[in-house]
Amino acid sequence: MDKLLDVQDLKVHFNIKRGFIEDIFSKDQVVVKAVDGVSFSIKKGEILSLAGESGSGKTTVGKAVLNLVKPTSGKVLFNNEDISAKSEKELKIFRQNAQMIFQDPYQSLNPKQSVIDIVSEPLSIHNITKSEKDKKERVEVALELAGLKPAGEYLYRYPHELSGGERQRVAIAGSIILNPGFIVADEPVSMLDVSIRIGIINLLMELRNKKDISFLFITHDLSLAWLISDRIAIMYLGKIVEMGGPELIEGKCKHPYTKALIDVMPLAKAVKNRTKNALKGETPNPVKIPSGCRFHPRCPHCMDICRVEEPLLANISEGHLAACHLNKLP
Amino acid sequence: MELLKIDNLKTYFKTSKGIVRAVDGVSFSIERGQAVGLVGESGCGKTTTALSIVNLLPENGKITEGSILLDGKDLTKLSKDRVRKQRWKNVSIVFQSAMNALNPVMKVGDQVIEAIMYHNHLTYEEARKKTKELFDLVEIDKNRIDNYPHEFSGGMKQRVMIAMALACDPKLIIGDEPTTALDVIVQAQILNLLNKIKEELNTGLLIITHDLSILGEVCDEIVIMYAGKIVEKGRTEQIYEEHLHPYTYKLFKSFPDIQGERILEEALMGRAPNLSDHLPGCRFNPRCSFASDKCRIEEPKLKEASPGHYCACHYGGVWNG
Repeated sequence: MDKLLDVQDLKVHFNIKRGFIEDIFSKDQVVVKAVDGVSFSIKKGEILSLAGESGSGKTTVGKAVLNLVKPTSGKVLFNNEDISAKSEKELKIFRQNAQMIFQDPYQSLNPKQSVIDIVSEPLSIHNITKSEKDKKERVEVALELAGLKPAGEYLYRYPHELSGGERQRVAIAGSIILNPGFIVADEPVSMLDVSIRIGIINLLMELRNKKDISFLFITHDLSLAWLISDRIAIMYLGKIVEMGGPELIEGKCKHPYTKALIDVMPLAKAVKNRTKNALKGETPNPVKIPSGCRFHPRCPHCMDICRVEEPLLANISEGHLAACHLNKLP
Repeated sequence: MELLKIDNLKTYFKTSKGIVRAVDGVSFSIERGQAVGLVGESGCGKTTTALSIVNLLPENGKITEGSILLDGKDLTKLSKDRVRKQRWKNVSIVFQSAMNALNPVMKVGDQVIEAIMYHNHLTYEEARKKTKELFDLVEIDKNRIDNYPHEFSGGMKQRVMIAMALACDPKLIIGDEPTTALDVIVQAQILNLLNKIKEELNTGLLIITHDLSILGEVCDEIVIMYAGKIVEKGRTEQIYEEHLHPYTYKLFKSFPDIQGERILEEALMGRAPNLSDHLPGCRFNPRCSFASDKCRIEEPKLKEASPGHYCACHYGGVWNG
């Protein structure tokens, strides 16, 4: 299979704006390294999950991949073409092929637009529809694909008349109406009730199977990543610390951070008095990234080398990579 | 005697579209040092149940029937003023979005101190000392008492909210989605903290959530609500091991089981009923794949299926053959 998306050493740094006085008296610019050297690729029809805590940079990766934020350095190749080198006009063509689903359908839909206007907006932006009739037909097809049947009943409704799950389906209909080959789904179910989640997940899987759409699935829920992904990448403070197949979550992981995440994963099972070793503290400030391995201040297995030398993402076995000094020990 | 005993509680809202029966005959109880989880989808009446206990219902909401006994005293019969004193002192509540619950222009410590001074009639210095002890208990550095909320992370703000809830040594703490907006690791830390509070202070806990998966580690009992009614309740082990109600079964199936196979489950179709409509029979029947004619006509009663394990289904436990 060909690589649809190839991300090479992607970095996204944000300069922090400071007060006027501070700006005069201090020379160094404060930089937040939201994404700090991330490489991965996605094949056609593949689902790659990007998992990690808030502040790990997973959403920024998703946005940089779609060129919604400009990468500081590194390359994003889509169908072997570098996106960051493209002009606005060429980007418009790229955007027909790559779409995004946002987290919160309560905020991502314009409350003053009816469903048909929301879903057909991409058609008007890209000047695709010729007639009202054609527009309506395309919207109906997209709505039915998104599981809103019969579509006719939804066309002239407004977001406030829909439930959370229906709203997210409308958002999904809008993102598939242009027949994209690639979708970034940023926590598409985390705002939804547990009972509705499975329906939306099933829908995304169906789209993958029917239309061969590739997904970059951004989530903090490891059990969900395990359920749907072909591969999973775990991010911590702007870097991928481990990447591999779903068996990673079943206990094959080799990075202490992944282990810690799995340790605290809620299980819908009888687990009274399960001893959970929750990591102390929270993700450090990405302005002051720790020296050496960026996980070392919270790592239960921290060694001397971890404080000085940054571990590289190395092959553990076929398709399984981890960045930890422990794996180099005999 | 039970710490909290809710009996046949009915809380209705008057709206322009008619009476909404948000809580429609709910009964359960909590003992000291016990944690009970109240689970259900949005709109099932779980938060309304909590607001009924602390008497914070919106203007158009009213408890029309039933009683809420806290240490034998009926909270529904107290005057507004008495209830306000009751709140914080006997019952306190931790809300969902800790990020927004704190006043951004007031020091974190002062917000806790204010509550202690008001309810315990202490001086500022005494209240400050007590606040430091509370910060210790919820594992926040005491020296950060003079910080502002923006200097705290989400998890720390939630800890402050819990410290505040503990300010007047309440007998019962209600957590309304206490971990929902938090990261997994922070969520685990907060759950550990709630466990510690329950054990060390012997308070009762009522945890309200839509996420069944977090309850196993904290709760002794679980109550599952659907459309204003309890469909199943029992000890945590009972609920986790045997799902008697089809709704409970579906809820559990919504969680991927990483020890099982990677298969997609069938989703729960449709949506919860409108609580202002007349709903004959079992309220879950339109979404239930096992529903029979009986379910469409006759409403199932909450019956004890095995000691301590209750279920409201005509086919409790045997619907799946």
